[in-house]
Amino acid sequence: MKGRIHSIDTFGTVDGPGIRFVLFMQGCALQCQFCHNPDTWDTTAGRQVTVDEILKEIEPYLPYYQGSGGGITVTGGEPTLQAPFVAQLFKACKEKFGLHTALDSSGFCDPTHIGELMDDTDLVLLDLKQLNKERHVKLTSRPNDRILHFAKWLSERGKPAWIRHVLIPGVTDHAEDLALLGDFIGRLSHVTKFELLPYHRMGVYKWQQLGKAYPLDGVETPTEKEIERAKSLIEAARLRAEPAKCE
Amino acid sequence: MMAMTEKERADLTSVLDAWRGFADGKWKKTIDVNSFIERNITPYEGDDRFLAGPTDDTALLWKRVSQLLKEERERGGVHDIDVNTVSTITSHAPGYIDQAKEKIVGLQTDAPLKRSVQPFGGIRMAVDACEAYGYKLSPEIEGLFKEIRKTHNQGVFDAYTTDMRAARRAGIITGLPDAYGRGRIIGDYRRVALYGVDRLIAGKKAELLQLEVDAMSEEVIRLREELSEQIRSLSELKQMAASYGFDISAPARTAAEAVQWLYFAYLAAIKEQNGAAMSLGRVSSFLDIYIERDLKEGKLTEMEAQELIDHFVMKLRIVKFLRTPDYNELFSGDPTWVTESIGGMGLNGKTRVTKNSFRFLHTLYNLGPAPEPNLTVLWSKQLPENFKTFCARVSAETSSIQYENDDLMRPYFGDDYGIACCVSAMRIGKQMQFFGARANLAKALLYAINGGVDEKLGVQVGPAIAPITSDVLDYEEVQAKFEIVQDWLAKLYMNTLNVIHYMHDKYCYERIEMALHDRDILRTMACGIAGLSVVADSLSAIRYAKVRPIRDERGIAVDFEIEGDYPQYGNNDDRVDQMAVQLVDGFMSRLRKHKAYRGATPTLSVLTITSNVVYGKKTGSTPDGRKAGEPFAPGANPMHGRDRKGALASLASVAKIPYENSLDGVSNTFSIIPKALGKEDGARFSNLAALLDGYTASGGHHLNVNVFNREQLLAAMEHPEDYPQLTIRVSGYAVNFIKLTREQQLDVINRTFHGEM
Repeated sequence: MKGRIHSIDTFGTVDGPGIRFVLFMQGCALQCQFCHNPDTWDTTAGRQVTVDEILKEIEPYLPYYQGSGGGITVTGGEPTLQAPFVAQLFKACKEKFGLHTALDSSGFCDPTHIGELMDDTDLVLLDLKQLNKERHVKLTSRPNDRILHFAKWLSERGKPAWIRHVLIPGVTDHAEDLALLGDFIGRLSHVTKFELLPYHRMGVYKWQQLGKAYPLDGVETPTEKEIERAKSLIEAARLRAEPAKCE
Repeated sequence: MMAMTEKERADLTSVLDAWRGFADGKWKKTIDVNSFIERNITPYEGDDRFLAGPTDDTALLWKRVSQLLKEERERGGVHDIDVNTVSTITSHAPGYIDQAKEKIVGLQTDAPLKRSVQPFGGIRMAVDACEAYGYKLSPEIEGLFKEIRKTHNQGVFDAYTTDMRAARRAGIITGLPDAYGRGRIIGDYRRVALYGVDRLIAGKKAELLQLEVDAMSEEVIRLREELSEQIRSLSELKQMAASYGFDISAPARTAAEAVQWLYFAYLAAIKEQNGAAMSLGRVSSFLDIYIERDLKEGKLTEMEAQELIDHFVMKLRIVKFLRTPDYNELFSGDPTWVTESIGGMGLNGKTRVTKNSFRFLHTLYNLGPAPEPNLTVLWSKQLPENFKTFCARVSAETSSIQYENDDLMRPYFGDDYGIACCVSAMRIGKQMQFFGARANLAKALLYAINGGVDEKLGVQVGPAIAPITSDVLDYEEVQAKFEIVQDWLAKLYMNTLNVIHYMHDKYCYERIEMALHDRDILRTMACGIAGLSVVADSLSAIRYAKVRPIRDERGIAVDFEIEGDYPQYGNNDDRVDQMAVQLVDGFMSRLRKHKAYRGATPTLSVLTITSNVVYGKKTGSTPDGRKAGEPFAPGANPMHGRDRKGALASLASVAKIPYENSLDGVSNTFSIIPKALGKEDGARFSNLAALLDGYTASGGHHLNVNVFNREQLLAAMEHPEDYPQLTIRVSGYAVNFIKLTREQQLDVINRTFHGEM
């Protein structure tokens, strides 16, 4: 079986614990306005590789990943679009190298299709981009029902997850949306980390290279104050919701 | 037994007092600083919480120095020049920054930042350098060195052959120390503190006596003359110290004296020589022994200990040499390579990290970041974890330190070696090198394609072989011709260096530095190559893609068209990485065929300093797709942006370069954006330490670690006045970013920043 990939990074430190091998899959079903890797959207671009080829890429650096409590993270693009390939890869990484595995997903997938993948996934990094459905459509081109459903499904299965939310001024920072987000997270179990990621513009040049108009032109990165505000709104709602959580 | 004279008794008492409390060892009988360290060092495994901040005097002095440095920048890079005095150990009256506040004293001239004239390397350089900054060298000095006293530079050009001149002009061999001091010699400045100058003079006199031999061969005559000069220079050293009110004929009795004695010895060296790199050696843990003793005796507090180091380091930060703009193009940013090697492990398995290793690094906080002294951590997997984390933090916060693999070097150089310049290891006081700059392998490859005709000058420089005329380059054909060109180049290069170092010994001998060496030392002929990644990628392109030369009307390939992809160095792909390995192996074995001056052992470095920009300028388009004039990657780095698989793959490629065939060092400059190291400080530091552990374990030799964003550098280009202390690591040294030429700033900005999208 072959997978279609965009690129690899042998030294990842932000997508999961420790030092990690990061595999960027090619192809995504969403088209998020703030995406910093729009070059990973096209499902026909990139190159095709086998699981063995990826294992060979990982092997030289195992001491780094194993010694630092790291592992492998598969991101994209959207890795669940190629769930069978990633499942095989994760399985092999565990069997051969004993690596910790993390899946960085938009959650825009049908859980019933990725059961096998989940069996060998130790951690899910899940982006909750916008709790308000309409604004989610505007931001990502798709509704958020599937994503929220996936989050709940993970929670029910007791799968550890890091929830991430990109804070974009004027786009994902409405007080009521942040409260909804906090409330939603508060009701989930096994969320081992929540990260509020300030929006940045470092991917803008890629939109230009692809000849696409950048939809968030003129949007600034959030200030420290805005980040603090958002954090406290989310945290407050999360605390309120937690008692309601059924473990 | 004869009764002691009054003086002898007093001398003995003073020596015994100076050595009070030190453990016995071989060091008491012979000059052997390493034995002293081994017997007396207090290894430190703790963390950095003991460190003290700057004292009021330190803060005030540094404020004054910062002001002077600012004035220097505003005056175009030179604060002042003494155009009327030839610099010698004793040439200038004492100078101070603010005498009452200075715990460690001594300047190169009678005022801080005032540069002196050092014409023994070459008078032209001195005249031009004065002129470049709006000064005029005194006509007496100019006349003296043009008509009466010959210089190194003139000697070299008297002996250069036609081929050597042509190769130099074409830039296939360049950066040669034929017009300036060669440097890269480390005097064992610690000897002055431990033994006092009188004991050293006595030792040198004994060595001279041993040379009253039957046959006065050329070697013996030369050595006798050199030893006599060394003895003379030691007396001058005493005299210079006396002018500051210190008698350094006896050993240092306190930590303050040890630092001061040692610094005087180093100061004498930089007053006598403006060598390209004037490195300090490995002094921090040596000095720690004195500090520990004073701390125990209650004579010193931690605050005072740090103050001594801060003041010493402040002096090392303002070492200045007068150099021409040409020279600055090669070695940009006014570097002096006051390299201090810190840490490492002893051969007995105990670490050589002491509290003073921390204090030296801590100066980067007490005084803020700075390029000098060139703080070099000798990294070993066995270093104390606390020290590793501290180093990683200092790197992440200041980008001011470099790392070299102690586990790799210790088997070759023992446990008392230091780094000269950037990456050149040598046993301190027991080994020196003849600095040889570097040969341009990328240009050599073009000579192979163009029949030895220089692609820029259009004239025959290399061997007159038949040029390649095919439409598509054939790998086997290119390789065969490249071998011939490399044979020619290695021979010419070695011969050129022989001329240079013969003349340097003759006309610009390092008297005081060599006085602080053993009589019989190991000499290396430190050759170097530039363009490693360009050539490896070019050969890979020729082999794995289709490369079509585009020839001009003279038939010279001036550009190349590449069809298809090819494996590129920097992605841990053996298809091309092994080509880089073979280049190093091959060139080193060629160098070994030739006899080096004075019995030197040939060695090789893969290091370009900042000359990767100049070499690039002088080299036409290459078959890897690099366009004419574009910079090479520095040192052994992969070409900018071609290492696409992240930091570990890039490091893995460089780690393959075999150290046994590049014993003069393999430089790798690594830049990573802060957030790519991790989200929290703790994770950032441990990830960086893990990366260094991994790189050293895989046999990597040297790593410059830069942690910053491209945006920060762009901002510093726009508003240099806001970034006076922004320090970055280039190839083997650190530099104030704002002092680089614009071209070099852009080169740094265009390099791979790991972790960028």
